[in-house]
Amino acid sequence: MVTSVTSLGKNGLYDWLIQRATAVVLGVYFVVVVGFLSGNDELTYQAWRDFITCPAMLIFTSLALFSLAAHAWIGLWTVSTDYITTRQLGSKATALRLAFQAGYMVVNVVYVLWGFLILWGA
Amino acid sequence: MSSVFVKLVLWAILSGVIFHFVAGIKHLIMDLGIGETLEGGKNLSVAVFVVAAIGILLAGVWIW
Repeated sequence: MVTSVTSLGKNGLYDWLIQRATAVVLGVYFVVVVGFLSGNDELTYQAWRDFITCPAMLIFTSLALFSLAAHAWIGLWTVSTDYITTRQLGSKATALRLAFQAGYMVVNVVYVLWGFLILWGA
Repeated sequence: MSSVFVKLVLWAILSGVIFHFVAGIKHLIMDLGIGETLEGGKNLSVAVFVVAAIGILLAGVWIW
């Protein structure tokens, strides 16, 4: 068994609930953005900019960025603890899994910070 | 947005998101206790493939 020391909620039930809550945020966000883009026949850069930089969408996009980071972390944690194990990969698996998770965590945090820079700096 | 290559990449990304979206809704439905049997799971999985395929086709129509 792989211990849950690197899991987001430190407990399967928390991870399960966080995964569902962030999924709903991301699902609604996807529908809203695709709805805006596909509902405008004559879409201009200005219309898109006005939409994405209005306060409600700035907050919604920020919420979606946090949700994406948590959702992706739980998802990749699950995949890596399922498949990068000593049973499949031998004795190097623990080091490999930790390296993967550490590397992904860096990417994850960079994406959030970068996203916020783009979003709030625009 | 006029380049065929850009459109193909966009379609590939949207396809992944659409499949993940539909499969995720299946998870939420099963969390409600619906389709938790082996047969129910198989039926819902088939439904996910069908709905996702329709969505992916519509996304292709939208892009082109």
